[in-house]
Amino acid sequence: MANMAPGKNPMPSQEPDIRNKNFDEVALGYTKEQALDESERCLNCKAKPCVAGCPVNIDIPGFISEIKEGRFEEAYQVIARTSALPAICGRVCPQETQCEKYCVRGKKGDPVGIGRLERFVADYHMENSDAAPVRKEPNGHKVAIIGSGPAGLTCAVDLAREGYDVTIFEALHTAGGVLVYGIPEFRLPKSIVAKEIEGLKAMDVKIATDTIVGRTITIDELFEDMGFEAVFIGSGAGLPMFMNIPGINYKGVYSANEFLTRINLMKAYREDSDTPIVRPKKAVIVGGGNVAMDAARCAKRLGAEVHIVYRRGMEELPARREEVEHAEEEGIIFDTLCNPVEIIGDENGDAVKVRCIRMELGEPDESGRRSPKEIPGSEFEVDIDCLIMALGTSPNPLIKNTTEGLEINRKGGIIVNEDGLTSRENVYAGGDAVTGAATVILAMGAGKTAAAAIDKALRK
Amino acid sequence: MFKIVHKEKLQSTITLYEIEAPLVAKKAQPGQFIILRVDENGERIPITIYDYDTEKGTVSIIVQTVGSTTMKLDTLNEGDCLQDFAGPLGKPTEVSADKRVCVIGGGVGCAIAYPVLKKFHDCGAKVDAVIGFKTKELIILEDKFAQACDTLKVCTDDGSYGVSGPVTVGFEELIASGAQYDEVFAIGPMIMMKFVSLATKKYNIPTTVSMSPIMIDGTGMCGGCRLSVGGETKFACVDGPDFDGHLVDWDLAVQRSRVYNEFETHKREETCNLLAGGNK
Repeated sequence: MANMAPGKNPMPSQEPDIRNKNFDEVALGYTKEQALDESERCLNCKAKPCVAGCPVNIDIPGFISEIKEGRFEEAYQVIARTSALPAICGRVCPQETQCEKYCVRGKKGDPVGIGRLERFVADYHMENSDAAPVRKEPNGHKVAIIGSGPAGLTCAVDLAREGYDVTIFEALHTAGGVLVYGIPEFRLPKSIVAKEIEGLKAMDVKIATDTIVGRTITIDELFEDMGFEAVFIGSGAGLPMFMNIPGINYKGVYSANEFLTRINLMKAYREDSDTPIVRPKKAVIVGGGNVAMDAARCAKRLGAEVHIVYRRGMEELPARREEVEHAEEEGIIFDTLCNPVEIIGDENGDAVKVRCIRMELGEPDESGRRSPKEIPGSEFEVDIDCLIMALGTSPNPLIKNTTEGLEINRKGGIIVNEDGLTSRENVYAGGDAVTGAATVILAMGAGKTAAAAIDKALRK
Repeated sequence: MFKIVHKEKLQSTITLYEIEAPLVAKKAQPGQFIILRVDENGERIPITIYDYDTEKGTVSIIVQTVGSTTMKLDTLNEGDCLQDFAGPLGKPTEVSADKRVCVIGGGVGCAIAYPVLKKFHDCGAKVDAVIGFKTKELIILEDKFAQACDTLKVCTDDGSYGVSGPVTVGFEELIASGAQYDEVFAIGPMIMMKFVSLATKKYNIPTTVSMSPIMIDGTGMCGGCRLSVGGETKFACVDGPDFDGHLVDWDLAVQRSRVYNEFETHKREETCNLLAGGNK
């Protein structure tokens, strides 16, 4: 019998006052009993609106049906047919705007906890299965993937399964892209990312770290000297944006990219790391997206009083709802409807204050969003010792500048067709390098699309 | 992993490392840098390339032992491996044959100045050089510089060798002797590059400096290496490391380079103790 309880099984989590002092994972994951109970909330409806809401079209009722029968490994195999990285997606996907948004149970009460069930199944598989991944006989075709973030990893998995000889080129010293340098440990443990990458290596995918395409090698050399037949560019978004206000170069002012990279990739919060990080007393994070929430929660864990300054209101925050809730529970203070106008430094060049101005929301603009306007004369100053700008990024120009004939749009994103094909023959692209900063799952969807197109093109 | 094929002490605290890195060697050009990590918990540090051998597939760097990471690097010997060695990063220095140039190097910065000098020399440009050190014992690469330039001035702060005083004194001597330059290259400590830029400004000689601010990824991702140049924010890793010395906001650059002084002092002591303990 279906479980008609209106609410989702709550996610077991570390208590807010404990977790905001450590970097361990916040959400602890369902137990078997909770997973079984939650799975019974799925009505297995005919329309399956959830599947259409998933960027990679996971057979959601299919895997939940396997959970209902207690066949967790089988449930994993259903997901693995379409998703390369379920343990990651189950943790970081914005389910409330995707699969769960369309769940019929959501009309009266909570939707089925699809993301939580996905995570349960993926974790079960990681702990209990050592089955070798299934792949076709090697077909002899070589494909190069640039960047080991979600787009690149997904493209690599799909091609490796089809028997391609895949090499991933990664600029940093560790594979994973934004999954390792951007998303914090407490939201996505790096051991999970490492295990997913081990899975790739088990399919003979080669990973060349410390290799910067555009500097160490060029795309032309990948084709001409190294014998690759197709290239997928998943190099991510890159350059952080700063506000055009006085004082952004004072000490203590960071891009979210730098702050998060020091903490996540370089483990600067740990005693045994050689990488320094400030230990702020009072930090202001500018921005309202997931990256702003990540930076805020990291600053909190380093011991700071943390304020998020966002120019629109709480309703307009672009971050996942769960991230905002977690941040609020952990004691992050939201100063919405205000915006920095100047950062003030002392004689040593240390940022010591930020001057902000109050905002109000005007009429909706063409995009339908109400545009914020400054309220004249409403400036005020706040003491700080750290300010982090989480305002998004623009695509990295290294590859564009060294690849002739690769067309980009006004914002610096690589132009692709519906198959992910760029203006260069056999060069595909996807993820933030194309769209500008977006989500993990959209990048994975792009990696998948390109993998299918590469497969089709090279099979000819 | 990247093997150290040759290690040579140039002075007590200055060491040359020749590293096996064929892909980097193939692409390296004067003015570019690499990022290395010594071990698994190591920080990423940028170091400008001294030399490269495409055939051997090696890249050489000259490093002054100043902090925790360079001390750890110093414990490695020929045959040992670096955890990471990525590059070449940044834009190469622009060189042309029909210029009269003066290359000015300060301290270990001479290691970076030398390939720039040599490239000008090799393409037939008329080059002079000024190199400066704290004291006679710390002089490096004097012969190399002498071979690759027309006039060389060696300066020591304490007057123990050559011209007494900072590199600007040597440079002023060249100007006083009638030398004229289309461009000056200054490579060394930030404070030295600042004063060279002030000196060349007097004579309106275009001046290029090589900036080495704090950075992490070196590919334009973190924005930590940003500088104010002519009122615009620039990233040293992708827009540089070469910039117009007359436009750099030096005071800000110096302040930003000191962000982690306290941490670095602490780490250096920790590493000292660790290494001392290990030797007992």
